[in-house]
Amino acid sequence: MSVPFYVSPEQIIKDKADFARKGIARGRSVVVTQYDEGILFVAENPSRTLHKVAEIYDRIAFAAVGKYNEFESLRVGGVRLADMRGFAYDRADVTGRSLANAYATTLGTIFTEASKPYEVEIVVADLGKTIDEDQIYRLRFDGSVADERGFVTMGGSADALSKHMRKEWSPGISRSGALRMCVQALSSAGHEPHQIPVNQLEVAILDRTRSGRTFTRLPSEVLSAELGNQVSPASDSTTVEDTPGESGGDVGLSDDPGGSGTNSVS
Amino acid sequence: MDAGRLAPHGTTIVASKFANGVLLAGDRRATMGHVIAQRDIDKIFAADQFTGVGVAGSAGIAVDLVRLFQVELEHYEKIEGTALSIEGKANRLGTLLRGNLGLAMQGLAALPLMAGFDPANDRSRIFSYDVTGGRYEEHDYHSIGSGAFFARGSLKKLHDSGHSREQAIYVCLQALYDAADDDSATGGPDLTRRIFPVVTLITASGFEVVDEETLASSVSDLINNRMRRPDGPRAEIGGV
Repeated sequence: MSVPFYVSPEQIIKDKADFARKGIARGRSVVVTQYDEGILFVAENPSRTLHKVAEIYDRIAFAAVGKYNEFESLRVGGVRLADMRGFAYDRADVTGRSLANAYATTLGTIFTEASKPYEVEIVVADLGKTIDEDQIYRLRFDGSVADERGFVTMGGSADALSKHMRKEWSPGISRSGALRMCVQALSSAGHEPHQIPVNQLEVAILDRTRSGRTFTRLPSEVLSAELGNQVSPASDSTTVEDTPGESGGDVGLSDDPGGSGTNSVS
Repeated sequence: MDAGRLAPHGTTIVASKFANGVLLAGDRRATMGHVIAQRDIDKIFAADQFTGVGVAGSAGIAVDLVRLFQVELEHYEKIEGTALSIEGKANRLGTLLRGNLGLAMQGLAALPLMAGFDPANDRSRIFSYDVTGGRYEEHDYHSIGSGAFFARGSLKKLHDSGHSREQAIYVCLQALYDAADDDSATGGPDLTRRIFPVVTLITASGFEVVDEETLASSVSDLINNRMRRPDGPRAEIGGV
């Protein structure tokens, strides 16, 4: 009979964190930024149907990077929580803060108790009446929460993106200005600088000029018109979207089998 | 025990198709026994972008039914990333209604009338229900509530699926006027307080509530014509 090796809690946490960080770093990035009349979400995403940005409630949206099945279950849980709360009390009683707390609890529990942490990073954005009342929460794989101002970058090239955004970003920027800046950042900060085909951009806004459900996706036609030659025309090479094993094809169903050890751990 | 007399009820809701879509309208009166409980109640709700629901019967039950229906449609849309088909919505409303059968048998019945635009087939649809949740698709027009028979008789003579938006609004106001004329639980247009029926239109561009100004001018035409002919427009009999 073999005696199990002693592993210190510090080592376990570190291993889990390293594992999660590596998983997240493989994926493509998402930028979330405030603009004068709302909050903008820009993601590089080859799939038109497997979204990284989604509506949660009237003024709350969700953006994520990492493993699709993991953040999808978080998204569904969030929509359920918001709809239940809005039905039980009132639509005004659904807040981004309570949702961020619920996500933090869930992610924290999974990180400490499950054998494999979630390889995700998410943003919960709550649109305020004014730009000063906007709330953007960034949640890490271990359940830690940060209350962000201005913009947030997540995913493989988050640091490079962040550097680019910090240089260019200013408070009260317009929607088209913010959109151009985010796309510029995404195309220059990737694994290598590249021009993103317009149909591989997933863009959505929480729009302060609307009432009720403020979440709106911006279709390719609008993006082409606003971005001009900053993006290349729609390409047909979207077949990568659901293929597991594509590096960076994070919207695909899972990571490369055996490549990360994900499957052998769970 | 019949608890029906304890809660507000009584209504006329009409739905009728016109050239661009479907119209859904209702009077504003809520009664409790012989008392008028509220004179400006709104019985027409947007269930989602392309669907409207009008309700008759016990107000509290009806409003809760609609609230649950609204949240279910929105929830499905957000989870699945696409809206339910119009048949899916109609079936779901029937199931929710079936859940109220116990209360309905104690006198607290509520019935919806659902009208919507079906983007998949590019046409409008009307669904009516019975108290057990049975769902029936109607062809051109339908009405529910205590004044439904009078409204339907009126619609039968005046309705035309090719009507323009303005004509459709005018015809439905005539039908609601006829219902209020003969049913004590249906309220007519209240000119002194400027309380008019709620009229909504559902077309390819979504759910729209007709604004008060349009209603006011349409109601004023109607009243002027009824000053001359209190029973409303005369139908052509032809042939004879």
